[in-house]
Amino acid sequence: MRNLLSRTLQTTIIFLVVGGVLALALGGYFGPVSNAVSQSLVNLQTWFSSRFVAVQDMLTAPRDVASLRQRNAELEAEVAELQAQVIQLQQQVGETEILAALVDFSRANPENTYLAAAVIGKDPSPFLHYVIINRGSNDGILRGMPVVTNQGLVGRVDAVIADASRVQLITDPASNVNVRLQNAETEASLVGSVTGDLSLDLIPQDLTIEEGDLVLTSGLGGGYPPDLIVGQVVNIRTRESDLFQQATVQPVVDFNRLQIVLIIVNFTPVDISPLQPAP
Amino acid sequence: MRNLIAIPVIILSVQLQLSIVSRVPLLSGTADLPLVMLAAWALQDGVETSWHWALAVGVLVGFVSAIPFFVPIASYLFVVFIAQLLVSRVWQTPLLAMFIVSLIGTLFLNLFSLGTLRLFGIPMPISESIGLFVLPGTLLNLLLAIPVFAIMRDLARWVYPLPEIE
Repeated sequence: MRNLLSRTLQTTIIFLVVGGVLALALGGYFGPVSNAVSQSLVNLQTWFSSRFVAVQDMLTAPRDVASLRQRNAELEAEVAELQAQVIQLQQQVGETEILAALVDFSRANPENTYLAAAVIGKDPSPFLHYVIINRGSNDGILRGMPVVTNQGLVGRVDAVIADASRVQLITDPASNVNVRLQNAETEASLVGSVTGDLSLDLIPQDLTIEEGDLVLTSGLGGGYPPDLIVGQVVNIRTRESDLFQQATVQPVVDFNRLQIVLIIVNFTPVDISPLQPAP
Repeated sequence: MRNLIAIPVIILSVQLQLSIVSRVPLLSGTADLPLVMLAAWALQDGVETSWHWALAVGVLVGFVSAIPFFVPIASYLFVVFIAQLLVSRVWQTPLLAMFIVSLIGTLFLNLFSLGTLRLFGIPMPISESIGLFVLPGTLLNLLLAIPVFAIMRDLARWVYPLPEIE
């Protein structure tokens, strides 16, 4: 009986002490002590953990590097393949955009029949402005047929073989196109140059022309159909001593980026050379 | 039989010229790959077919280009003539000979083209043409001369193997 009382008292005292300690701890009276203890424990835990991770890394790193290298090589190969695909797709998108623009152009100009051709080369002589296209007499191409893009006039077919043709650009120094100025309602002669610049010649002195005037083919001479856009006047040179005014024309077509062109196949050029008087 | 390699090599050089080299200008001048290739071929030891190559390249370029056909034929034959002239004189420094032949050949081709086009009535301002076309084209040909010479030397060794010395 005495033992039972003593044990109950001990238990009660222990509970009271533990409860008191907990109450003091919850009340914040043991803060500095518990902080110091917990900090030490955490530091110790951190030290053990870091050493363990270091040892683990040391033991497992070679295997991981090898597998990572292999994985990296696989991913690099995949990236290279995807980049090639992206380039290919971008090229296809570019070609599709050009073709879509050309289709729009042919729909907007139903009076002409067009045949699309890819530019596959440039004349080896730097003095001449000619390109090679991948359509020839097998496709019904004839010498003299005009060549355009959705932007405007490019030139005309100069020579034809079975599956390819050579096109003389309007920028060629030997090129001469009869044009008219839309706003001034006058006709002039557009000539190319060795540098690729376009000049308007034979503009009467009494005519007022302005920068920005649109230049279109006139159809005179039978070399080109009328009303094909050529470019815009950007610079006018007028001298009283000259018989005619001159102007520089900015072409609407970017001749350095010609990729796909349209050949007007229902236009038959007229050869007027027998009618021209001999010099 | 190995001489038949001339056919694909010549066609390839003209195709590369049309599709790539002509589209990479410096100012307005471009390199002339067939000319450089021909110069390199004509300077190789033991090569006996350089005149044939010159004629073939000239005819092909004359056919493709809008320039009068006799201009490339005469120019490429002249390149081989210069190479044959130099090969016996500066044989110890073939690269120097290559530069000289490329330089003279390019100048001849460009000036001959310029003169012919002017003769045909096409307006060609001389100073502008030299500054924008002839000089940049010459520089590009000289740059092209080194790699082309190395390739053609290997090709010449394959077509005309050196006799083994015992």
